Amino acid sequence: MLGKTANGLFWMYRYLERAENTARLIETGERIAITRLEDRDEEWNSVLQSGGVLDAYFQVNETVSKDAAINWMLRSKDNPSSVLCCIETARHNARLVRTAITGEVWEATNAAYMDARSLLTRRVNERDLPKVLRSLRQGTALVRGMTHGTMMRNEVYDFARIGTFLERADNTARILDVKYYVLLPSAGSVGSSIDNVQWESILRSLSARGGFRMEYGHGAGPKEITQYLVLDKRMPRSLAFCASKLCDNLRYLHGGQRKQLPSFKQVNLLEQKYLKHDIEAIFDFGLHEFVQEILDQLRQISTQVEIDFRFYE
Amino acid sequence: MAKSDSFDEMLDRDDSVRTPYKRFNEWFCKEDAARLRSKQREADTLFRLTGITFNVYGRPDAEERLIPFDIIPRIISGSEWYRLSRGIDQRVRAINAFIHDIYHKQEIVKAGRVPVDMINGNEAFLPEMIGVNPPGGIYTHIVGIDLVRTGPGDFYVLEDNARTPSGVSYMLENRETMLQMFPELFSQNRVQPVQNYPVNLRRSLAACAPDMTNNEPVVAVLTPGIFNSAYFEHAFLADQMGVELVEGHDLKVDNGRVAMRTTRGYKPIDVLYRRVDDEFLDPLNFNPESQLGVPGIMDVYRAGGITIANAPGTGIADDKAIYSYMPEIVEFYTGERPLLKNVPTYRCSEPSGLQYVLDNLKDLVVKEVHGSGGYGMLIGPASSKKELESFRAKLKARPGNYIAQPTLSLSTVPIFSRTGLAPRHVDLRPFVLVSPAGVKVTPGGLTRVALKKGSLVVNSSQGGGTKDTWVLED
Repeated sequence: MLGKTANGLFWMYRYLERAENTARLIETGERIAITRLEDRDEEWNSVLQSGGVLDAYFQVNETVSKDAAINWMLRSKDNPSSVLCCIETARHNARLVRTAITGEVWEATNAAYMDARSLLTRRVNERDLPKVLRSLRQGTALVRGMTHGTMMRNEVYDFARIGTFLERADNTARILDVKYYVLLPSAGSVGSSIDNVQWESILRSLSARGGFRMEYGHGAGPKEITQYLVLDKRMPRSLAFCASKLCDNLRYLHGGQRKQLPSFKQVNLLEQKYLKHDIEAIFDFGLHEFVQEILDQLRQISTQVEIDFRFYE
Repeated sequence: MAKSDSFDEMLDRDDSVRTPYKRFNEWFCKEDAARLRSKQREADTLFRLTGITFNVYGRPDAEERLIPFDIIPRIISGSEWYRLSRGIDQRVRAINAFIHDIYHKQEIVKAGRVPVDMINGNEAFLPEMIGVNPPGGIYTHIVGIDLVRTGPGDFYVLEDNARTPSGVSYMLENRETMLQMFPELFSQNRVQPVQNYPVNLRRSLAACAPDMTNNEPVVAVLTPGIFNSAYFEHAFLADQMGVELVEGHDLKVDNGRVAMRTTRGYKPIDVLYRRVDDEFLDPLNFNPESQLGVPGIMDVYRAGGITIANAPGTGIADDKAIYSYMPEIVEFYTGERPLLKNVPTYRCSEPSGLQYVLDNLKDLVVKEVHGSGGYGMLIGPASSKKELESFRAKLKARPGNYIAQPTLSLSTVPIFSRTGLAPRHVDLRPFVLVSPAGVKVTPGGLTRVALKKGSLVVNSSQGGGTKDTWVLED
């Protein structure tokens, strides 16, 4: 496969994943804002931060307000990580790699783009927001479904998966990075209402509420949440899950060659060094420092994948 | 249906339906207009979803646009097609022999059949190709012959596209769309298939691989990139053939071969179907500014390390000034009388030609010798006095830049308009594949239709649309 094509696939799926994650963050922000009685705008600050777009937001806006934050994350042309820009970029990359993906995947991507453009032509009214977000997520979900259902399990698929899981790990780690303080053992008494809202917000923004409830019931606290989001390999957005998928796909790509690729070594290191501990050790090390190191590792892996597979030269 | 003075391919003068259209017409008469209108909308949605869009040159910020598609097929009988395809076959063989001759002994010039100025002074002539023998002896692997019709058996060649003819993806997608929307029509009519084109293209290209190729030849399509107006077609053809779509920056000359950068290192290419013009193909040999080509590819080519399709320098055969010599060219190389007619052409480079054109400007179509896409041309009968005068000045300033032809009364085929069937002028571009195994003409082609009433300009950039083209099994 061409290095350029690997690059296009990698970014196509990174941006699709990002579009979906951003839509989910907005959904969570809105949910918290309308069910909580005080500090309504404060939540948007951390939503923007979790999305990794707060600094850029302040270059254009003076203060954080709900409408401006939603608009920025949903459809702003100035924000390359807005849902609209993500879907446009994903579709642009899909055109570049049109020969590598199936017709079904292409058409689903193009349909997601056409829908996003028509849904997001204008600012979205609050009353339309849930419906619009649902449509956007359905559009990208269809691309994912077509990918699973129609694509060969070859290197094309591996690059799509590597893009997906790097982006997803990054997103989960960023949410933990922004909200780590509410997960610390010292963060006040278990079950206080503030924390419940905060915890709910974390779980919601990772589509993790249902699984968590089933596994840990209602009495669980920050330690269990952290355990679930960092180390639980059954949870499809946990760091351990993403790392193990990255390992698998890099191993497939590597084929039978004897010399290990640097990117594989790095992912392996990430898994062995950071994600095989028990949760107490992570708290002893410091949750914040731990998440910071993971984010740094993820950035290095992304760069190394570009080099190992000749994305650019 | 409203009458026009031109030959209508569906209806006779007395409104009786011509034979190829009989079954279609029976179906059409039973159809409900509202249902057909909704089918027309369905077609647009299908095209948009598939992404069959194009960018208009000179408008970088413009949205991607659809070429309008009309749901009424253009139908050609098997016997008509047989005659046409024999003529096309003959013409394409002659073109290939002509190019070979021009880059070798130039017998046709020595025989005085084509003036030497037509070759030496021609921008499309590539001195780098002199004495080069392309693999398999093939120059024009893919050709599109533009035809127009003026009467029952009267077909004229309007233009030969011997460089990089485009539009074949529309031929295929138009058929695909019709198959999806009106399956019953294909049960009722025996329409010859066009869907094998990509498979045939790959086979044909592979058959032209350099002698040194041992295994299954590696074929790739070279595109200028995603912003090119025909990018969809490049991606479409690569996808349908199952080969890589590459850009200049994916390629380099490595160890005497042209190789593409894969995730596992550089891999040599045997046959490159390039959709990049000669000028941009190789910055070391041609335009040094080009970012679209591969530095040194011409040296590999001359050493026999790669097949380039179509060969560099084939433009010499589809130049509009050379066009006027095509009857002589066909006769010279095939020893046969030309089966297809040429439109009478006045060369403004010759004083007598120029005088005739100036005297009869309002009845003529004047074209730039190197122009394409319907730009820079004058349609005399449709132009104002002022337009005629300003063109007259251009002609006098650079006569060698123009040729002129009488306005032909192009045939019409009905489109499905808001008020029902309405006749519109059409042309036809059949696609031809050439390999050492022979010439293959795909039964059908791209029918372009001028959607504006009375208009003769079928180019998509100027309000033209397309139709599915059926060749019936008689």
